[in-house]
Amino acid sequence: MNFDDTPQEAEFRATARAWISANAPKQYEEELRKSSLGRTVLKNADILQVAKAWQKKKADAGWACLHWPKEYGGRGASPIERVIWQQEEGPYGQLSRMFIIGHGMCGPTMMAFAREEHKRRYLPPLASGENVWCQLFSEPAGGSDVAGLRTRAEKDGDDWVINGQKIWTSGAHYSDYGILLTRTDPTVPKHKGLTMFFLDMKSPGVEVRPIKQASGASDFNEVYFTNVRIPDHQRLGEVGDGWNVSLTTLMNERSAIGAAVSTGFPELFEYCSSLILDDGPAIEDRAVRSKLANWAVKASGLKYTSMRAISALSKGERPGPENSIGKLVAGSMIQDVATYALDLQGAAGVVSGENAELAGRFQAMLLRAPGTRVEGGTDEIMRNIIAERVLGLPGDIRVDKDVPFNKIPTKGRN
Amino acid sequence: MNFDFSDDQKQLRDQARKFLAEKCPPKAVRVVLDGKTPYDKELWKGLAEMGFLGVAIPEEFGGAGAGHLELCVIAEEMGRANAPVPFSSTVYLAAEALLIAGSDAQKKKWLPAIASGEAIGTLALFEGKGNPSPKNVKLTAANGVLNGVKKPVADGAIADFAVVAARTGSSGRDSDISLFLVELRAGGVEVKSLTNLDPTRGQAEIAFKDCKAEPLGAAGEGWSILTQVLDRAAVLCAFEQVGGADRALEMGRDYALDRIAFGRPIGSFQAVKHMLADMYVSATLARSNSYYGAWALSTNAAELPEAAAAARISATQAFQHCAKNNIQVHGGMGFTWEFDCHIYYRRANAMALGLGSLSYWEDQLIDRMRKKNAA
Repeated sequence: MNFDDTPQEAEFRATARAWISANAPKQYEEELRKSSLGRTVLKNADILQVAKAWQKKKADAGWACLHWPKEYGGRGASPIERVIWQQEEGPYGQLSRMFIIGHGMCGPTMMAFAREEHKRRYLPPLASGENVWCQLFSEPAGGSDVAGLRTRAEKDGDDWVINGQKIWTSGAHYSDYGILLTRTDPTVPKHKGLTMFFLDMKSPGVEVRPIKQASGASDFNEVYFTNVRIPDHQRLGEVGDGWNVSLTTLMNERSAIGAAVSTGFPELFEYCSSLILDDGPAIEDRAVRSKLANWAVKASGLKYTSMRAISALSKGERPGPENSIGKLVAGSMIQDVATYALDLQGAAGVVSGENAELAGRFQAMLLRAPGTRVEGGTDEIMRNIIAERVLGLPGDIRVDKDVPFNKIPTKGRN
Repeated sequence: MNFDFSDDQKQLRDQARKFLAEKCPPKAVRVVLDGKTPYDKELWKGLAEMGFLGVAIPEEFGGAGAGHLELCVIAEEMGRANAPVPFSSTVYLAAEALLIAGSDAQKKKWLPAIASGEAIGTLALFEGKGNPSPKNVKLTAANGVLNGVKKPVADGAIADFAVVAARTGSSGRDSDISLFLVELRAGGVEVKSLTNLDPTRGQAEIAFKDCKAEPLGAAGEGWSILTQVLDRAAVLCAFEQVGGADRALEMGRDYALDRIAFGRPIGSFQAVKHMLADMYVSATLARSNSYYGAWALSTNAAELPEAAAAARISATQAFQHCAKNNIQVHGGMGFTWEFDCHIYYRRANAMALGLGSLSYWEDQLIDRMRKKNAA
């Protein structure tokens, strides 16, 4: 048992470290390091532009999408090398956030199902950040129940005509392309009538409307489709096989190993270490210490769970299912941590924004946190996944499983 | 990076699991639970023959000379089987205290006897309510003679010797405490069994009256040695707790698959599925924290104090959580004497207190994290 690199890993780490040290946008390091959930903006620069510039620089030097094949803009690196890169990239990894969906989900789906000429054309600019991609799955009628989606695709000559609405699309407002899950046959049970496409987000009839979130910010969008035409050669997988195609996408979403999950704990520990309460230093207070200790072991438990998965990668093995707990644990933890940090501030905790305690760091965290427990699979869906795929418990009883989609009761909504 | 046990260590774990499945099935645990014998003597002998008792004891002292990682994997299986033997008191506490502070003669006398299963040892630290703290040590030592009462002492009624924490000064500092080694079959010792939460592991009250004792380690070093012993034991106990948590989770999972109510397996109800998923989450966090503790223990890393506290807290929480919800999944049957759920519930809650309670270790963890940050 050790935390040491193998000689090859050490060599790769040194090369990555040297390149990052010579090329990273150091002027933003401090701000990126201090960013936390709900607050990843740069004061004097457009983070989108900084992120695109960093991604392009990485791509030109062969450091983008490390695990992708070289011909599609990657490096052909091993999974453990990808993890080492993430560790070395450190705070600059924050700049990859806008590419996560494209690199983590759209790219792998394209790789598995697109035609060769499309892969060669679309994947390199996706890897280099010149094109940003989004994923158009969720709908008002299909969130956790994605297969309940209603956006229609109807064949018309060599094209498909799309009508409907998507929601919770991250980054649609700055995306160039998207992968789109549609219903092509409403007369068969819901999982069997779906088909996947990719499309140019500038196609006529695509309208993106930012959602003003509960936090006040706008990271997500509604996307409306009105008679949008997609050529049949942009179909991913067979007609009616969209559900299986989407499983590939979602599996990639959930298999991101080594990606840092924020728990809010380092921020809270740092805060409590200097905070003075009415009765003395917060860190001397028994109640505060008890709370901190409980969160400390969750944060360290997640960290070492991730290390176990990385070790499996290092040995060329498939990581076990334990990594599936990350989002579930971190999501509600960061919400609790933020709530407690404000509790320690007393009445002043109500003040948010730049003039608040720590420039409103924990207030921003609190307001963004509810989203973390919903996006990418709600806490409840994550528990179902653990129960079913890890513990082998039966799937939920699905009363609509064998019913033609257009016969499923909707209580008048459609 | 290889943050995992080696193939050999995993093989040892499988070997221990197989051995315990055969020699320590629930009905063997129940013989001790029902008070027919204070511990499973046959099993203890078998553990010695397998080399498990001395796995971390150097060869020169009659052990297998493997190491603490090997002891961790065995500990996990001992917890999984809820083995009714004085393993933790003898191996994690007494043997570790001897390894850290024993003289050559003391090691030569006791360690081979531990490895061969002839000697049972324990640590006599607590004196009634309260957590590990020098100020809670009232038993005195003067001129090589002990006076005072220790309770609870794990496996005190069956132990051949004890490492006893005694007060040898009154300066108010840690150096007031020294350790002594006492043969419990000798004069001046009065042992009384105590009923306790977990009858598969005994507890006793031991009164020392002008009892002759030899020093263990240097005078005034007692607290510093004890702290090291408790940290090591915290990691090793964490593995027992992880093993117990996993077993409780499995029992709950299996029952949820088997039990039909409302026309379907109860494991198909989300209320039950999610409860089991949460048990898996705590067991996984505990395992990962314990692995870090194992690494720190086996390399004697500067991180051991912090890693041990984290493993202790996480594993204690996980075992308690899994054991109580295992009963909940079982419903009424889980609350019968006949079903084994309560065995793990008892063990989980007894283990949560044995080395000092959760609140004590929470406090320790924060102290240790602060020290690290200051350094």
